[in-house]
Amino acid sequence: MVDAEQSDLCRAHIVAAEMIHSLFLINNTGDIFLEKHWKSVISRSTPHHYLISVYRGKLFLLSVIQSEVPPLFVIEFLHRVADTIQDYFGECTENVIKDNVVIVYELLEEMLDNGFPLATESNVLKEMIRPPNILRSVVNTLTGSSNVGDTLPTGQLSNVPWRRVGVKYTNNEAYFDVIEEIDAIIDKSGTTVFAEIQGVIEACVRLSGMPDLTLSFMNPRLLDDVSFHPCVRFKRWEAEHVLSFIPPDGNFNLMTYHVNSQNLVAIPVYVKQNISFFDSGSCGRLDITIGPKQTMGKTVECLSVTIPMPKTVLNANLTATHGSYTFDLATKVLIWDIGKLNPQKLPNLKGTLSIQSGVPKPEENPSLSIGLKIQQLAISGLKVNRLDMYGEKYKPFKGVKYLTKAGKFLVRT
Amino acid sequence: MGVVCFDVKKLVYVYLVRYAEEQQDLALLSISTFQRGLKDPNQLIRASALRVLSSIRVTIIVPIMMLAIKEAASDMSPYVRKTAAHAIPKLYSLDPEQKDQLIEVIEKLLADKTTLVAGSVVMAFEEVCPERIDLIHKNYRKLCNLLIDVEEWGQVVIINMLTRYARTQFLNPNINESLLEEGNTEGKTFYPSDEEEDEDEDEKEKEEKKAEAMAKRKPYVMDPDHRLLLRNTKPLLQSRNAAVVMAVAQLYFHLAPKAEVGVIAKALVRLLRSHSEVQFVVLQNVATMTIKRRGMFEPYLKSFYIRSTDPTQIKILKLEVLTNLANESNISTILREFQTYIKSMDKDFVAATIQAIGRCATNIGEVRDTCLNGLVQLLSNRDELVVAESVVVIKKLLQMQPEKHSDIIKHMAKLIDNIQVPMARASILWLIGEYCEHVPKIAPDVLRKMAKSFTNEEDIVKLQILNLAAKLYLTNSKQTKLLTQYVLNLAKYDQNYDIRDRARFIRQLIVPTEKSGALSKYAKKLFLALKPAPVLESPFKDRDHFQLGSLSHLLNAKAGGYQELPEWPESAPDPSVRNVEVPEWSKCSAREKRKEKKVDKPFYSDSDGESGPTESADSESNSGSGSDSGSASDVSASASESEESEEGSESDEEEDKDEPKHNKKKLQDMKKPTHNTESEQSSEEEKKPQRKPKTRKMSESESESEESDSESSESESDESDSEPEIRKKKKVDPKASKPVKKEAKKESKKEMSLLDLDDFEPAPSPQVTPVNFMSSSLVTDLEGLSLSDDVLAPATISPSSSMKSFELLHRITGEGLSVEYCFSRQPFSPDANMVSVQLHFTNNSSSDVSALHVEDAKLQSGMRVKEFPEIEALAAGDTTTAVMGIDFCDSTQAANFQLCTNSKKFLVSIQPPVGELMRPVFMTENEFKKEQGQLMGMNEITEKLTLDSHCRNEHAIVQRVTTAANLSRVPCGADHECRFAARTVTGNSLVLVTVAIKQEAAQVTVNCDKMLIGTMLVKEILQALAQ
Repeated sequence: MVDAEQSDLCRAHIVAAEMIHSLFLINNTGDIFLEKHWKSVISRSTPHHYLISVYRGKLFLLSVIQSEVPPLFVIEFLHRVADTIQDYFGECTENVIKDNVVIVYELLEEMLDNGFPLATESNVLKEMIRPPNILRSVVNTLTGSSNVGDTLPTGQLSNVPWRRVGVKYTNNEAYFDVIEEIDAIIDKSGTTVFAEIQGVIEACVRLSGMPDLTLSFMNPRLLDDVSFHPCVRFKRWEAEHVLSFIPPDGNFNLMTYHVNSQNLVAIPVYVKQNISFFDSGSCGRLDITIGPKQTMGKTVECLSVTIPMPKTVLNANLTATHGSYTFDLATKVLIWDIGKLNPQKLPNLKGTLSIQSGVPKPEENPSLSIGLKIQQLAISGLKVNRLDMYGEKYKPFKGVKYLTKAGKFLVRT
Repeated sequence: MGVVCFDVKKLVYVYLVRYAEEQQDLALLSISTFQRGLKDPNQLIRASALRVLSSIRVTIIVPIMMLAIKEAASDMSPYVRKTAAHAIPKLYSLDPEQKDQLIEVIEKLLADKTTLVAGSVVMAFEEVCPERIDLIHKNYRKLCNLLIDVEEWGQVVIINMLTRYARTQFLNPNINESLLEEGNTEGKTFYPSDEEEDEDEDEKEKEEKKAEAMAKRKPYVMDPDHRLLLRNTKPLLQSRNAAVVMAVAQLYFHLAPKAEVGVIAKALVRLLRSHSEVQFVVLQNVATMTIKRRGMFEPYLKSFYIRSTDPTQIKILKLEVLTNLANESNISTILREFQTYIKSMDKDFVAATIQAIGRCATNIGEVRDTCLNGLVQLLSNRDELVVAESVVVIKKLLQMQPEKHSDIIKHMAKLIDNIQVPMARASILWLIGEYCEHVPKIAPDVLRKMAKSFTNEEDIVKLQILNLAAKLYLTNSKQTKLLTQYVLNLAKYDQNYDIRDRARFIRQLIVPTEKSGALSKYAKKLFLALKPAPVLESPFKDRDHFQLGSLSHLLNAKAGGYQELPEWPESAPDPSVRNVEVPEWSKCSAREKRKEKKVDKPFYSDSDGESGPTESADSESNSGSGSDSGSASDVSASASESEESEEGSESDEEEDKDEPKHNKKKLQDMKKPTHNTESEQSSEEEKKPQRKPKTRKMSESESESEESDSESSESESDESDSEPEIRKKKKVDPKASKPVKKEAKKESKKEMSLLDLDDFEPAPSPQVTPVNFMSSSLVTDLEGLSLSDDVLAPATISPSSSMKSFELLHRITGEGLSVEYCFSRQPFSPDANMVSVQLHFTNNSSSDVSALHVEDAKLQSGMRVKEFPEIEALAAGDTTTAVMGIDFCDSTQAANFQLCTNSKKFLVSIQPPVGELMRPVFMTENEFKKEQGQLMGMNEITEKLTLDSHCRNEHAIVQRVTTAANLSRVPCGADHECRFAARTVTGNSLVLVTVAIKQEAAQVTVNCDKMLIGTMLVKEILQALAQ
């Protein structure tokens, strides 16, 4: 009650304190190692503020807001900050940020003005603030020139805000990776409780000038739900089911899609498992076999099984016919790394688990997370038909790659 | 500040802004540099100077800032104007006194037509003067149209603002439903899927109420501007930005008619795959939505299944959603799923699951016993937390029907020895006390045990022991008198004053002494009163009074600066306030289509390159932005010049750009030489630069400097310029209007356009059955004749009395003119994709009505209208009939248009029943089965009903079904089964209907790949059969 009254009073004083006020970067141990204020400075002990944070790569990005603002707006922006840092420096960690603190500050300055996002497109930012590279940093130290673009950015002003102008490459190439992840829940008996495919088309486009691309699929009707990079013309998709767009320069996610009719989702492997704990004696038994199910004739690679064991499991004494296993004594996570799946000789992991004595046996059997990769296959059957380029004269080099991965692939036991 | 190095300069800015407030004097030294920067010829330097200047929080420079902002607001460069918009809230927070002046600037910037500025100025508006909703009126349509091209962050702000705006300006589209809801005590929604939940009586009652409400119902016509907003925000559901998707979702939730809200479900479910923070927020909102609109998330039930890897918070929210979604049909699946959750290692989650089971049990009577048994089994679980939670939930469930479950109470009484969790112990004691009559032998024994351990119990347990003692004393004083007194004595010296107090109170009340007051007579009534069973409610109930997606909604508390979402107005405020002087919304409906496309076009346009409002993607591809942005940054270049050159290049390049389309066009040209020139002309008219000056005059206020964006209004007004010309032509030769329509068709249906060589030829539709009045062959025969609009003349139509007619215009509102419409179910020969609508005009007035025609159709995207030929005159007391065609795009959205006479205009709307959106097709039994096999699963909708005695024969059923929907019967070998087939008029999707009869019961199955149509059709048929 008191709080509410105070905030009423406060509102009278704090007028127009909207959107994102400040940003704090906090590391895993809880120390603030970078702060940026877009409005008046906020002290680190802040009453009467709302905090929204996201967790990325062992860092918390925490923003301070003072009044109503859509929370997703802030969350999405914070992720965009993390994405940008990752895009610039390859990763988003405390060390990297500390090493590049000047650029990070410059970026933050450009990304937000008075709490309202200004330039969040990577292409625009890169024009204003060049990402570091070794050659340039050597040259810069020798010549004393700077990292900030000499020319003023035009991206902000162009009608295609996501693309730089005057892009030039000697090798013009456009690559598209169709990556699909299978999310599934398989129950004890092996039946599929839930399965869907999340797909993303990652593009790497290095084309000169202002190319206008059209990407068409053999079977676009497969796609249940789609979301696009802002460059994609939605009306064309609605009408013809083709992707028509002027690409940003460099790497970007062209679209994400979703296939959720369960009968369309092929489950590439089956898992036979038996994990049991005994009432008498402090031990349990584990026996897991994995075999191929619907692999469309491709090889399953990078197969792995992750099992978070109950806390009472002390150790595991197992033998694996393929690959190797590790059991982390602290986190109690058993990881079995199989590698390539050989359909002739199915991999098996078998042995005993020792359990803390004196405590009742664990009630629930842990569920298994499966990891796998299948190269050159989009499990939904999606196929790119062709890529056409308009607007430029040269012949680009084009390539499409398919990859299927396990997403949240869970086997309940 | 004289530093040359840009890098250092920037860092100095950062430093300056950060410390200016603390070192005011020093900061002031820099001001003159920025003032100089404001005059720089380079727009970027101007913008950046303004940005830094406005960020310096020193009150002395407020006048300087104000001046700078005012100047920048009328800068040539949109980028500088954008920066000015950003500076407004900064200045406002520094000195709120400036509000009035700032509002003037905002007003000015709101009128800006560039996408770059729109987002920022609305943000400023929201911060400075969100209450000045009147400033939005004139800009409303523009904002709606620009929305899709505004950058992501601006979209969020604009959508949220427009949501509030719409709530003040339009009528509640669900007004009729909400009437019903009020009458319905259970507060259930009227989503189709919910309806079966109720028992039959309920249903009948509901139907009656519904019928009543229908009778009372004022015809609701959605304001076209309201529709515009819904239409233009819908594509944004496909945005990659979660905030934008959420903003659109909340807009639909708060503003859309119930039947349309469903579209947001898919997009929201998509967001569930994003980062866990996003998931958290989205799930909170979904949880709120599922309470009011359960139906829309039901198809996505499985997406809310919980994985053991989810964080606990997410798990609990998903559980909440699953619980809200539970109904009779899916409860078994959900309970099976819950079963696996109970074994989870995450105990908080298990506890939440048990509560969820409890809620399902209270909400769905059928599974109450199953749930209860399941929970009782959990009582033997080894984990104490699970047991405790179960006890608490069982207690609540038992309260609903205790007499049936005395064995469970006994079982729980035994548990008291083992369970240590205070809440659970307290619950058991309460249960035993409350229902001591059901367990007369056990209860005193429990009290004995508790008396022994009293001193070691937690406070809540002690209170319940006292309660138990009191109740037993009242019912069974012989056995428990001493025990009770012992307990009361113990409590008298307890450390907790609550317990001492309670003991004193109970003693006075139940132990008769000479002093005891009048109350003790009523002790039994007080203690053993029948208690109503608790209602287990979702914590998300009623959260929707906060705008969804807002921080306040997330916190379930009002955050500072939260703008309350206004209630719908009782009657709509004047819609004309949104009219802009420039006739942006031209009147001729024939052109409507083309314009609509243009409105949406800028971004996702079909690349046939007509000049769109903002030209973002397309013009770039054509003219190359090099020159474009070059001219923009070159201040000295005349803006109007660059504009024209841009356009020129555009239309040039259009030709060689899209090869296939070009060819197609050629093809048409060859086939249709006469129409060719027409269409060329009409499309070119928009591009002709020399037409420009005309419009300029009309919109003098428009600053010449406005870049490509100003084209939007211009090209629109171009159209309206050319309009009279076209109309003239139309009168001379009805064919003249065709090219325009044709073009529209080409846009909406690419595949069709190659086949569609002549407008008069109906699209080849082999499915047309002999049932149709006018077979396709007849139409082709007629085609040879110069078949103009007069095919539609009343003469060819046999008005059928069996057709249900609807009122289009009442004679009072129509000032004597009354119009009714009905669906004649004949193929609309000029365009097979249209539904033909027969209009019946009656002139009840004493004077003649002349020049009856249709104007100004404002339609959902994709919808088209072919208006009836103008009726020259209708004498007083006379009646006449006309036919028009409407392409409803397979949706039951109303088509709104104006019915005009020589002197008056009436806004009318035609809303098709779903059954009229299809045309019958003939099929054999085998074909039917084959097609049906392909439309299973989600595409199949089944409903059961009980048939009245008078419609149990096949004949009656066939008649009712075919009256309800335009279906043709499919022969069927099996007895007691009727089959029907049709195709939707626009999409050509198959609609298969099966009615299986088993004596009184019948089952209606609809297979259609358009789920919405399927669901609605089932409802319609059910209604028809139940009559």
